[in-house]
Amino acid sequence: MFLKEYIRNIAGGLKSLVTGMRMTGYYFTHHKEIITQQYPDNRDTLELPERFKGEVVMPHNEHNEHRCTGCTACELACPNGTIKVITKFDVTPEGKKKKAIDKLVYHLELCTMCNLCVEACPSDAIKMAQTFEHSVFDRNQLTKVLNNPGSKIMEGVE
Amino acid sequence: MISFSDIATQIDSWLNAQFDPTIALLIEGVIIGVAAIGLFAGLGLVLVIMERKVSAWMQIRLGPNRVGPKGLLQSLADTVKLLVKEGLTPSGSDKFLFNLAPFIAMIAAMLLLAPIGFARNLYIWDLNIGVLYVAAISSISVISVLMAGWSSNNKYSLLGAMRSGAQIVSYELSAGLSILTIVVLTGSLRVSDIIMAQENGWWIFKGHIPVIIAFIIFLIAATAETNRAPFDLAEAESELTAGFHTEYSGMKFALFFLAEYINVFIVCAMGATLFLGGWMPFHIGGWTGFNTIMDYIPSSIWFFGKTFFLIFVMMWFRWTFPRLRIDQLLNLEWKYLLPIGMVNILLVTLIAIMGWHF
Repeated sequence: MFLKEYIRNIAGGLKSLVTGMRMTGYYFTHHKEIITQQYPDNRDTLELPERFKGEVVMPHNEHNEHRCTGCTACELACPNGTIKVITKFDVTPEGKKKKAIDKLVYHLELCTMCNLCVEACPSDAIKMAQTFEHSVFDRNQLTKVLNNPGSKIMEGVE
Repeated sequence: MISFSDIATQIDSWLNAQFDPTIALLIEGVIIGVAAIGLFAGLGLVLVIMERKVSAWMQIRLGPNRVGPKGLLQSLADTVKLLVKEGLTPSGSDKFLFNLAPFIAMIAAMLLLAPIGFARNLYIWDLNIGVLYVAAISSISVISVLMAGWSSNNKYSLLGAMRSGAQIVSYELSAGLSILTIVVLTGSLRVSDIIMAQENGWWIFKGHIPVIIAFIIFLIAATAETNRAPFDLAEAESELTAGFHTEYSGMKFALFFLAEYINVFIVCAMGATLFLGGWMPFHIGGWTGFNTIMDYIPSSIWFFGKTFFLIFVMMWFRWTFPRLRIDQLLNLEWKYLLPIGMVNILLVTLIAIMGWHF
């Protein structure tokens, strides 16, 4: 009985090893599909996965409008102070004061691309871009203001 | 056809004619030493690029493809890089042992080269206990690993070295038993006798299933003895950074790296010699015409072809199987390989006594 189990163990082990070796052997002999990308050569045709996290950006529409309400949820969510939201008060046509962003300052050199700010944003104002060539000679260029100059909030975003 | 042995004989007779026999012997020793170091350097370059290419192809990658045609000069560039790097010695280490360990690793690998038959009549030293010599010297390499791990004064290094010790001591047994099956069949420990016994067919074909089992056990034990994945617990980069050579850098690291590949070459050469006939061409007993045709392929090509085939198989293992845990490693040896090897050697002895092999 014990011997039967023992031999079955060996046979099962060998079978699984051979299965694995057949897999890698197949890849070795069928050297056509390559899963890696030849990066500097294929810069123009580079295809990145949809969820690639390169840097935080704030999309603007054609009227130079963004969706940020200045709620500072991203600033609170950020684990290492990468985002600073500087708010101001706009006066609406009705004469009411309304909170809006003056500047959304983003420190790329601090960012760990953890995506927590994007998840925290209630109005989908920021997202992760697919750019990744961030090298510059002056580190001041890494501190970015995400909202375009003169931009304002989109209609209907609260 | 010009063969290596003719060249060797001519050089020998010329040296003996020119010089005193003692000086001639010394000069021959120097020539062999230089040739061995040249072989080592060449093998190191070839095996590193081969390993990287094989691993890349098995993982659906391209591998090194920048330096030289198709990246084939990558290992040469890496060698130059390692040569100009600083060889650091940590201040808390045992400096003498720390600096000695890589050389012990290289010396052990170099000594193993002696009894291997590279081609017909081309042996460095065809001693009458060649197989025993290989089994004995290959255990010296563990001393260098232990020395490196201990003298680094680093917990990871020490853990890696201790694991390596346990591993090599265990796997030496089953490697020895599988080597012994061929010794039983041949009745000689001399490497040239073992190869000549395979003139009418390699042992893996002549010896029925028990020799095939012994061959598989030898391959597993050889992979374990050279500390390669799936048995690379001594290095285990995901657990121990680099195991016993964590603290080594520059050329001292390169010597360990080179010694690993030389050991792989030597165990594969031993496997090829014992089971696949060494430099002996593919012969089938009785088929004289076929055998003469096979003899036209030079014996060195047969030897290197078989050896590189086995090296490829070991690389195939490495890039397919995940690393074992230390308890699984010892279970595999003591509960499976050793009992099977013992039963197997009984079967082989029976075959040898009754003369059932071809």
